[in-house]
Amino acid sequence: MAQDVTFDAQAVTDAVTEAIGKIGQASSLDELKAIKTEYIGGQSLMTQASKAIGSLPGDQKKEAGRLMGKLRADFGRAFGAKEAQVKAQEEAAALAAETVDMTQPVKRKPLGARHPLPKIMEDIEDLFISMGWQISTGPEVESEWYDFDALNFGPDHPARQMQDTFYVKGSQAKDAAGFVGSNMVLRTQTSSDQVRALLTRGVPLYIASPGRVFRTDELDATHTPVFHQCEAIAVDKGLTMADLKGVLDKLAVAMFGPEAKSRLRPSYFPFTEPSAELDLWFPDKKGGPGWIEWGGCGMVNPHVLESAGLDPEVYTGFAFGVGMERTLLLRHDINDMHDLVEGDVRFSEQFVMGE
Amino acid sequence: MIDIDWLKEHVQVPSDLSYEQLAKDLVKVGLEEEEIHSSQLTGPIVVGYVVSAEPEPQKNGKVINWCQVDVGDQHNATDEAGRKVPRGIVCGAPNMAAGEKVVVTLPGAVLPGDFRIEPRKTYGHVSDGMCASERELGLGDDHNGIILLRHYGFTPEEYEALKPGDDAMHLLHLDQPILEINITPDRGYAFSYRGVAREYHHSTGAAYTDPVVKLKADLPDAGAEGDIQVIVEDDNPIHGVLGCDRYYARAVRDFDPSARTPNWMRRRLIRAGMRSLSLAVDVTNYVMLDLGQPMHAYDLDKIEGPIVVRRARQGERLTTLDSKDHELHPEDLLITDSPNGQQGSRVLGIAGVMGGLYGEVTAETKNILLEAAHFDTVSVARSARRHKIPSEASRRFERGVDVDLQPAAAQMAAQLLSEYGHGQASQTPVDYRQTAPVAPISFKTSEVKRLTALEAPAQEIVDILTDIGCKVSDQGDGLLCVQVPTWRPDLKDPCDLVEEVARLVGYDQIPVTVPPAPVEGAVGLTPDQVHSRQVANELAEYGLVETLSYPFVGEEDFKDFSYDAEAIRPLSVEVANPLAGDRPYLRRTILPTLAHTVQRNLHRGVENVALYELGHVYLQDPKAPAIPALPGGQRPSDEDLAALDAGLPDQPLHAAAILTGSALETGWLGERRPVDWTDAVEAVNRLSDRLGAGLRLEQPQGVDVPAQWHPGRAAKVMAGQACVGYVGELHPHVNEALDFPQHSAAFELNLTDLFAQLSDKPVQAKPISTFPPVKQDLAFTVRDSVTADQLRQAIVEAAGDNLESIELFDVFTGDQVGEGMKSLAYSVVFRAPDRTLTSQDSESIRQAIVDKVAGLGAQLRA
Repeated sequence: MAQDVTFDAQAVTDAVTEAIGKIGQASSLDELKAIKTEYIGGQSLMTQASKAIGSLPGDQKKEAGRLMGKLRADFGRAFGAKEAQVKAQEEAAALAAETVDMTQPVKRKPLGARHPLPKIMEDIEDLFISMGWQISTGPEVESEWYDFDALNFGPDHPARQMQDTFYVKGSQAKDAAGFVGSNMVLRTQTSSDQVRALLTRGVPLYIASPGRVFRTDELDATHTPVFHQCEAIAVDKGLTMADLKGVLDKLAVAMFGPEAKSRLRPSYFPFTEPSAELDLWFPDKKGGPGWIEWGGCGMVNPHVLESAGLDPEVYTGFAFGVGMERTLLLRHDINDMHDLVEGDVRFSEQFVMGE
Repeated sequence: MIDIDWLKEHVQVPSDLSYEQLAKDLVKVGLEEEEIHSSQLTGPIVVGYVVSAEPEPQKNGKVINWCQVDVGDQHNATDEAGRKVPRGIVCGAPNMAAGEKVVVTLPGAVLPGDFRIEPRKTYGHVSDGMCASERELGLGDDHNGIILLRHYGFTPEEYEALKPGDDAMHLLHLDQPILEINITPDRGYAFSYRGVAREYHHSTGAAYTDPVVKLKADLPDAGAEGDIQVIVEDDNPIHGVLGCDRYYARAVRDFDPSARTPNWMRRRLIRAGMRSLSLAVDVTNYVMLDLGQPMHAYDLDKIEGPIVVRRARQGERLTTLDSKDHELHPEDLLITDSPNGQQGSRVLGIAGVMGGLYGEVTAETKNILLEAAHFDTVSVARSARRHKIPSEASRRFERGVDVDLQPAAAQMAAQLLSEYGHGQASQTPVDYRQTAPVAPISFKTSEVKRLTALEAPAQEIVDILTDIGCKVSDQGDGLLCVQVPTWRPDLKDPCDLVEEVARLVGYDQIPVTVPPAPVEGAVGLTPDQVHSRQVANELAEYGLVETLSYPFVGEEDFKDFSYDAEAIRPLSVEVANPLAGDRPYLRRTILPTLAHTVQRNLHRGVENVALYELGHVYLQDPKAPAIPALPGGQRPSDEDLAALDAGLPDQPLHAAAILTGSALETGWLGERRPVDWTDAVEAVNRLSDRLGAGLRLEQPQGVDVPAQWHPGRAAKVMAGQACVGYVGELHPHVNEALDFPQHSAAFELNLTDLFAQLSDKPVQAKPISTFPPVKQDLAFTVRDSVTADQLRQAIVEAAGDNLESIELFDVFTGDQVGEGMKSLAYSVVFRAPDRTLTSQDSESIRQAIVDKVAGLGAQLRA
C-alpha cells in the first residue's frame, strides 16, 4: 500500500501546522495523546510521507528528508512544551485536591513527662560531675550513728530535737527519754551519706549526695515531711572556707543563672564549725532582686573527721546542703508545696522532659 | 523577742534605731531575724474618763453599765446644741465604775483578730465604742474586766496627767513593733538581753556594759550555810555529769504581797510574750529574760529546810504549775524540801523545768526564797522532753546557762523585790558550788587562716577573743592560751574560736576560690546512675508521666492490694511516730503509694492517667541483728561498722508504673484503644532494649500469680535467672478497690537487681552484611499452653547465626485451628555475613526450624 503513497510536501506541512494548532488548544493529556496518534501515529500523513520519501528520485530525497526533519522537530517541540504544561496543571490540580487543614491537632502518642524534682537533682549531679566530683547515694532508713552521732549530734544534743525525726520502731530499750527504738531513723539529712563516703572512699573526697530525707513536718504550703536535699562534702589537705564560697557561687549560677551569687551568714550546725547559713542572691525575687535563705554550710567539724578516722590536723573539709524543693519553688515560681508533692500530671506536664 | 527599749539598758543604741536596722545588725553576727511583729492594732484607741456608769439589770441575769465616757473633745459626741458631750458606751465588765480612767476603742479601730469596732445597738442603747480588756488589746490574758489605768503602775503624778483623748496605744506601747530572733542551739547566752546586747556591740561597736559586773560588786558573802540548808544528792547522774553543780538561794523577807508590778516591767514582760502574774513571779521572769538565769521563787514560810536536790524515785508523782500530773522517772532531777524533818520527802518541782503546785509564791507570800541554780543541760532536756513541758527555763538550761551568773541574778531579783515590794534581801545567801573548772583552749592563730583563708593579724585575733569575753595570754610562736567566758560553754575547740574570729571579722571578708578538680580514679556517673536516668527518660518518652509519692502505707493499702496483712507487717519497716497513724509502715513495693497518686488524678478529672515512679522500697528482715548505739567523734571498729549495716533493711531502687484509661486516643483521627496488658509489656520491653537487659517474661500458672495481678494476665520479668518484677493487668479486685478502670495495667521492677544483671562491658558490634536477605513467613499451629516466647526461642535456636530478625505477625484461634490450639505466624529474615543465601540454604534452615519446633508439638501450617 505504501507504494501508492506519494510525497506531498504541502499536505504534510499543512498537517503539521494543523497539528500544532490543535496542540495549542489541547488541555489534557488524553487530548494530546489523541493528537499524537492522529498526526504522527502509524496511520498518520506524517508516517506515510516518511515512507514515501524512499520512492522519490534521488535528488528530491534529501530535501524531503530535511523537510520532514523540520516538521517532526516543530511538532515535537510544540507537543513537548504542551505536554509538560498540561502535566504540571494536572499534577497541581491533583495535589490541590489532596489539601488538608494542617492545623488540626495531631497527637497519637501522649508526650509523657519527667518530674522536675528528679530532673533538677540530675542537673545538680551534672554540675558536680563537671567539676570532677562524684555522686554518692546512701540508705534512707539509716542507723542513728550515721544520721546523728557521727555528725556530732550526741544522744542529747539539742539539735537532735531541732530536727523532728521519724524513728523506726524496734524492740530494744533506748537510753534517752525512755524511748523504745531500733537505733534507726528515716534519715533527716543526706549528710548521713557523707560519713559513709569518708569511711568507704577515703580522702581526698569530693562528693555530692542528692536524695530523699524525712522530717515530721505536716504537709503545708512550704513544708513536706518527705523532701529532697543535695548535700556535698569535700575533704582534702588545704581546703578552706574560700573554696566553699567558690563552689557555692558555681552552684548558685548553675541553678539560677549568671547573676546569681551566694553569701554566708554565721550560724550553727553540729557537723560544721565554723558554720554558716547560705543565702542566695536571687535576681528574679518577687518585688525585686534580693537575698533569700537557701541552705546551710560550713567547715567540717573535726569530730566528724574523727568519726571517720581522719586526722583534723592534716585534713580540712567543707560541706553544704540545699533543699531541692525550695530550689524548685524559687526557680519556677511555684507557690504551693502541694503542687510539687501531689503528683498531679498537669503539674509534671508543664516540665515535659526537664525545663 | 527583742525590745529596743529594753536593749538600751545594756548597750548604747542610736536613738533612731529601727527594728529593721536592728535585725540587720544582729543577723551579721549570726542572730537571725524570725519576724518583726508589727502592731496588730489600728486606732483610735484613747484614754477615757468614765463620767457616769448606770447599772442596768438585764432579763438574762446580766448587769450591764450604760456609761458616759469622756474621750476628749476630738472624739467626744456632739449634742443637738452642737456641744461636745461624752460618748455613750455599753460595758458589761464588773469592774466598770464612774471615776475610772479606762482604755476606749473608738469606731474605726481594729483589734487583733480583725475585730472592727463600730457603733452598734445593744441592750437598748447605741454603744459608740468599747472599753477594752487586756485580752482584747492583745496585752495579756486578762478578760475578767476592763483595763483600769490606775492599776497600770503609773505614779500618782503620771496618773493625774492622763487626759481623756490621750493616745492609749502610745501610752501602753501598743504601737511598737518587736523583733523576734532565731537563736541557734549553741548560743544559750543569747537567750537574754545581756547576751543580745553583747552581740549588738560585736556587730556595731556600740558601747556595751555587762550588767553582771555591777551586780557582782554589791554581793553579800555567801557560804554553805545561810538562809536555808541545801543538800545535793545525785545518785543517778547522766553520762557521769552531776545534775546540779551550783545552787544559790537567797531570802527576801517582809515582802508586801499586795505590791503591784511596775507598769514598765509588765509592759516589757507582755511584749516578750510572757504573762504578768504577780510581782514576785514577774521579777524572776524579768531577771531570766534580762540576764538569762532561770529562777524560782518559793514561799519561804511553806517550805522546810533542808532543800534537797535529788533524782526522783520510782513511783513518785508531781503536779506541775500547769496543773498536769506527772509520773516521775528516776532520771528526773527534783527540788525537794524536808517537812517534819524528813529529808527530801516533799517534791517542789522538776529542776530547771517546772515547779510544782506546792511551795510557790502566792498572793499571800511575805517571805520569799529565791533559787538561782545551774543544772545539767542533758538532765533538763530529757525531763522537759519526757514530760512534754518545755518551759522558758528549760529552754535556757538545755542550751547552757552561765555558771557564774547565779549570785548576780539573785542580787538583781532581790533589788527589784526590795524596790517595788519593800522586801528585805538577806545578807546570808547560800551557795552550793561543785562546778568543774573549764580548761583553757590552746589556740594556734594560724588556725584562722587554715580553715577560713582569712588573713587576720594576730593582734586582731587577740582583740576579738578578748571582746567576746575570753582571757587571752600569748604563749609565743603564734600560740594563744584562751580561757573562754563562763557564758560561752559552746566554745570548746579551736575551730569554735575560729568561727568567733571569722564571724566578727565578717564572713564577707573571706576570699573566693574554687578548688581544682580532683580527677582521680573513676569519674562521671556510675553505671547504675546512668541506668536509672535511662529508665526515667525512657518511660517519659514512652508517654508516661513521672511522679513521686510518700512511701508510707497502712492496713488500708494492704487490703486494697490484696496483701496478707499478717504476713506483710513483720516484713515492713514501721515508723514509731508516723504523721498519719493509719499509715505507719514503709512500702515494700511502689505500686500501693503510686496508686494513691493515680487516684488523686482520676478524682480531679484527669483522664488516661499513666504514671511512673522511681524510688526506694524498704524490706524489713525480722531476723536482722540489732543495730548498736555507738558514740560519735571516733571511728567505730570494723565489726561495729559492719553491725551498723547488717541491721539495716534492704532498700532496693524500684521503678513502677500504672496505666489507666485509653492507651491510644487520637481525637478527630478517630483511633482509640483502651489500656491493657500489652501497654505495660511494651514499656518493659522498651526498658529492656534501652538498657540492653535482654529481659524475658515468664508467665506463671493462675494459682501462682500474686493476688495483686490478674491471674491470666501477669508475668514475671526475668533478667537471666533472676525475677526482677511483675508486669500485666491489675487484678479486677484491686481495680475495683482503687476505683480504677477495668484492665488497668502496671509493672514494678527491682532496678537494683536488674542493674546488677547488666554487663558493664561496651557493646561488641557485629559486622553489617551487605548481602541480600531471605524472608520467610512461617505459621505454626500449637497447643494453647505453649507460649509465644517458647516457640520463638525454639525458632531462634534452630535458625542459627544467619537469623537476622524474627517477628510475630499474626495470632489466631478458632475452628480453623481446633479446640485448645492456636496459630502463631512469624516473619523471619535470614542473611549471611559472607555470601548470598541460596534456595537450598533457605530450605535447610526452614527444615531445621520445623524439626525443632516439633519438639513443642508445633506443626507448620500449609
